[in-house]
Amino acid sequence: MSGGGLKAKHQRLVLVLVALAALIGAALLATWALRSQASFFYLPADMAASPPDPDRAVRLGGMVEAGSIRRAADGVTIQFVVSDNKARIPVMFSGIAPDLFQENSGVVAEGKLRADGTFVADNLLAKHDEKYVPREMKDMTADQARQTVAETQ
Amino acid sequence: MIANLGLAALWMAAALAALQLLAGGLSLRGGNPALAGLVRPVAAVQGLLALLSFAALVYLFWQTDLSVKLVAMNSHSAKPLLYKIAGAWGNHEGSMLLWVTIMGLAGGFLALVERRLPEPTMLATLAAQAFVSLGFYAFLLLSSNPFERLTPAAPEGQGLNPLLQDPGLAFHPPTLYIGYVGLSIAFSFAVGALLTRQVGPAFAKAMRPWVLGAWVFLTIGITAGSYWAYYELGWGGWWFWDPVENASLMPWLAATALLHSASVLAARNALRAWTVMLGVVAFSMSMVGTFLVRSGILTSVHAFAVDPERGSFILGLLVINIGAALLLFALRAGSVTEGERFALASREGALVFNNVMLTATLGIVLIGTLYPLVAEAMGLKVSVGPPYFNPMGAVFVVPMLVVLAVGPLLRWRSDKLGRTGRMLAVPGLLALGVGAWFAGSGFVGVLPVLGLALAAGLAVASLLPLAGRKLKTIKLPLWGMVVAHFGVAVALFGMAADSAFTTERLVAVRAGQTVEVGPWKVFLRDVVPIAGPNWTALQADMDARYKDGPARDIHPQARSFWAPPQGTSESALVTRWNGQLYAVLGEQAEDGRWQLRLWWKPFVPMIWYGGLLIALGGVLALIGRVMSDLRRILARDKIADRRERQGR
Repeated sequence: MSGGGLKAKHQRLVLVLVALAALIGAALLATWALRSQASFFYLPADMAASPPDPDRAVRLGGMVEAGSIRRAADGVTIQFVVSDNKARIPVMFSGIAPDLFQENSGVVAEGKLRADGTFVADNLLAKHDEKYVPREMKDMTADQARQTVAETQ
Repeated sequence: MIANLGLAALWMAAALAALQLLAGGLSLRGGNPALAGLVRPVAAVQGLLALLSFAALVYLFWQTDLSVKLVAMNSHSAKPLLYKIAGAWGNHEGSMLLWVTIMGLAGGFLALVERRLPEPTMLATLAAQAFVSLGFYAFLLLSSNPFERLTPAAPEGQGLNPLLQDPGLAFHPPTLYIGYVGLSIAFSFAVGALLTRQVGPAFAKAMRPWVLGAWVFLTIGITAGSYWAYYELGWGGWWFWDPVENASLMPWLAATALLHSASVLAARNALRAWTVMLGVVAFSMSMVGTFLVRSGILTSVHAFAVDPERGSFILGLLVINIGAALLLFALRAGSVTEGERFALASREGALVFNNVMLTATLGIVLIGTLYPLVAEAMGLKVSVGPPYFNPMGAVFVVPMLVVLAVGPLLRWRSDKLGRTGRMLAVPGLLALGVGAWFAGSGFVGVLPVLGLALAAGLAVASLLPLAGRKLKTIKLPLWGMVVAHFGVAVALFGMAADSAFTTERLVAVRAGQTVEVGPWKVFLRDVVPIAGPNWTALQADMDARYKDGPARDIHPQARSFWAPPQGTSESALVTRWNGQLYAVLGEQAEDGRWQLRLWWKPFVPMIWYGGLLIALGGVLALIGRVMSDLRRILARDKIADRRERQGR
């Protein structure tokens, strides 16, 4: 270095150390953040057994129970029950439901579990077609309900 | 017939790639000159053969030749012509063929034009390019043959995923692929320079236009992809931290870092080993992205192949290419002599900081993208989204943007920060003022306030390098830098404004009712059924009025495609200079009311204008570099000419 300051010989070493420190810092930060921010996937039975914190974003996947879809008076909020034949979780969703969202078919809801036990979803993913299925639901296509249950055992 | 021709061309291209690798490799060990002379022509012909093969596939799709399995699986005779042609790369095999075609053409072009580097380095570079290409040829021919026949021919095709039936399909994948694969040239340059121990300014200057070009295409591809997702998905968002988006962002981050470190190497002969490393990392990220997207381990509209064999094949290629390059780096990095030194407060110092922050951001994105896959392998199903990526990314991006305001004002080698202080007072105070104003107003989150403040400061600071210069004498690369940095400020402003000021309405209304969203009044006239070439739809007839302005017709649709049967929602947009109205039609409730979802998104188009400005900056810099290279070559030829004449 011509301008003084750092010992010239060590500049490369210092640069390497600074870069390494930043990258390791990033990795540690990422690991820490993932522990608190990754959104876990729950089946209804898991959610009933060990409910997530109310302020924690999670995903809930299962079957939409037959006859459970109810539309609120505002016309845009729906309530339904997601079940895996072991537990039933009531879900509330305000928004435009995906086209293939229907009773007796699989759904993944993204949102938070309220303290009163209702799952408030910000987003619903339904089975679209063979080429575009939410990852968690690949296992839930045919005879979904029984498979869902079998998977938890 | 045409299918056979395409397949034959592909096999020949693969054979030529093998020859190119062999000839290049042998002549590196001091083989005979005839062998070395083969490398460049072979590279060019290999590219043309790959192009011929790709043209054959496009022709088959255009003709809807249902005796070809790929066409039967992914096309349909009733599809509009544009989607028949674009459908050629709207599937796994076709998109991989596009990949090797671009790779072959880029290698061929490189072989024809690049004459500045020592010949051994060029031979090593072209051999490395052939090595990488060969892996992808093998992948296509052995496990993803696009020309596989179907006997008997199918009576009708199965159609193209409706989400892909959009003009965006014609441009988005080719643009991104040129970006991804363009980085393979930087990778090969890095390997070539390591093999022949020729890491220096000449290497950086030869590599830079390629990196710039690839980076411009990546920037455009990401910008367009974001806008496409924004209007096609109907969710009102423009970036979802979907693994597929991350797969395009990661090479972009690496290429951005590479671009800047290559500038340092070219101008100042510093950051040698680091630049080589980034050259390897950038294309590695392209391959990681391809693996994530194409292997079928992720499920999205981009994942065509749910086939474990293909996934393992790409993973194998990935491990071989990246592993070999990193091994070579580890063996040779010690012998890359240290470059010129510089003070911490200097242009180089700022660029090093920028590089480290970009790389750390890349790490954050990579870890967040891979984590769900690793967790799933351990039996845990998780997804990672904005609550992780936004704050973690900001930790590194915000300091980088602050330094971005300062760096271009610093001198090379050594400078005093105090010198820039007076110039930066205006943008600094502006940023503080904007930040304080919005923080005081209290309705905006931390990150949006930070974003708005930084955007205001950066917009002014990015123009400062022009201060005190005669505009006519400013060289194109400097214009490029200023435009690109200003684009960063514009995009950042759009992002921050979108998350700070968006208003959303979700309502159920009858025909004849009016909904207010922000300054807009939207009137639902009626909902009518209409039919398109291969879909039917319910279309809302609405007029939208901004404050007391004139009414504008908008028509959001809920479409149902029949081949394959699937619904999509077509949003309607009204763009003004100060934002966008975004309307989506939902379903009809039992009582006859229609669901409408409306957003007023102030300044949201700035995100994409900013992206385009960034790309434009790259184009200006590229033109500037290429023109000065050409001028130098012409001047050199003239001198050589004159000497020859005098000698005679």
